[in-house]
Order: sequence, then C-alpha cells, then structure tokens
Amino acid sequence: MIWQLDILILLIVVICAIASITVKDILSSALLLGAYSFLMCLLWTGMGAVDVAFTEAAVGAGISTAFFIGAVFHMTRRTKD
Amino acid sequence: MINRYENVVIETVSRLLVPALQLFGLYVIAHGHGSPGGGFQGGCILAASFILMVIAYDIRVAKSHMSENLNTILCCLGVFIYGGIGLLCVILGGNFLDYSVLHKILPVDPVKARYMGILGVEIGVGMAVMAVMISIFLNIASRGEHEGHENSVSVSAGVSDRRNNE
Repeated sequence: MIWQLDILILLIVVICAIASITVKDILSSALLLGAYSFLMCLLWTGMGAVDVAFTEAAVGAGISTAFFIGAVFHMTRRTKD
Repeated sequence: MINRYENVVIETVSRLLVPALQLFGLYVIAHGHGSPGGGFQGGCILAASFILMVIAYDIRVAKSHMSENLNTILCCLGVFIYGGIGLLCVILGGNFLDYSVLHKILPVDPVKARYMGILGVEIGVGMAVMAVMISIFLNIASRGEHEGHENSVSVSAGVSDRRNNE
C-alpha cells in the first residue's frame, strides 16, 4: 500500500476514534463510530485481508451503526456529563 | 421509524435499492466458499435491506413483507441446517463438520462433497444471521413491542411527545 495514503487513513482513524468518545451529541458519536469502522475497512483492504474488511464493512459500518441510531431514537440526544 | 413520514424521494430510492441489496446478499452467500464473503456477511447485507425498508417506510409495512413468526422460523431453521450438516458428518463416520464423508449420500466424489457441504453450511449461517439481526433491530426500534400487542399506539404517542419536549 502507498505509505502516504496509509498514514493519512491512520491519522483520520485516530481523529474519528477520539472524536467519537469526546463529542456530546450521541447521534454524532454513533456516526463517527461508523466512519471509524469504514476507515478500518479501508486499512484492512490495503493490508490484503479482504474477508476481514468485508465483515467490518457489513457489520461494523452497516448494521451496528443502524443499531446505534435505533437506540439513539429512544433517548435524549445529548449526554449529561 | 414507528411513525411513517412520507417522502417520495426516499421511498422510491429504497424501493429500487432493496432488491439490488438482496440480490447482492444472495451472491455473497452463494460465492462465500470461493471468494471473499460468506454466510455472515451475506446475512448482514440481507438484514440491512430489511432495515432500510423499516427506516424508509415504517415497521408495519416492513412486517407485512416479513413477519416476526417467519423471522423466528428462519432463525431456528438456519441453526438447524448448520448443526444438522455437522451432525450428519458425525453420523456418517467423520468428525463434526468434516464434509468429505458426505460423498456417501451425495452422488459426487469427496472433493466435490466438501464443496457442497460448505455451501450448505454457509446458507444456514446466512439465514440465522439475517434473522437474528432483523430480530435485534425490530426489538430496538419498537421497544420490544411484538405483533398483536395492544400498546403500540401509546408507544408512538409517547415518543412524539418526548421529541416535542426536546
């Protein structure tokens, strides 16, 4: 894989991971976690693990984000802490 | 998700997208033993098509296409296919999930029997994963209200009240 692209994706992964646990809006947190999963999928594709990347794209970025949004629908959007 | 907000663009796009998603999910399940993919990923894609239907329309429209009883039957049938093929291999004299002994009952040689056995297991896993994912999403989206329950109207009213308060 091109190392410049690799470092760029790693940087965005770290930014998404930190942002998803610091942001106050829970819906934004769920969507940032989906973006994190999709970027991890890109990293795994670059490393040649296509099956793991496929699982990450289907489960991590697709289904679990839908579950989180369905759970956010039933509670207050902003955290208290 | 509980109340239906009619939007022509979203409903038309999802009506076009759901069959394509389901066809891609079946492709992933059917080619899981020869290429990347498999029962788990294909089942998740099939469940995602149902979740798209729930989000674009509402739960009642989606349940008219696939009821919870059918969902439970598919879940149990998928686990039954997986465990049944594994135990069939034990009965025929091999190890658990040792597909090559299936050539005693299938009219093919052991290599082809291994190919067919893993395809059957992928189909079972795909059915079970799809049904369980749909069941989890329906339980989250409807707060555990099931078919034929009386309080579904009051639940949707409570949600709209709380959203107005925010």
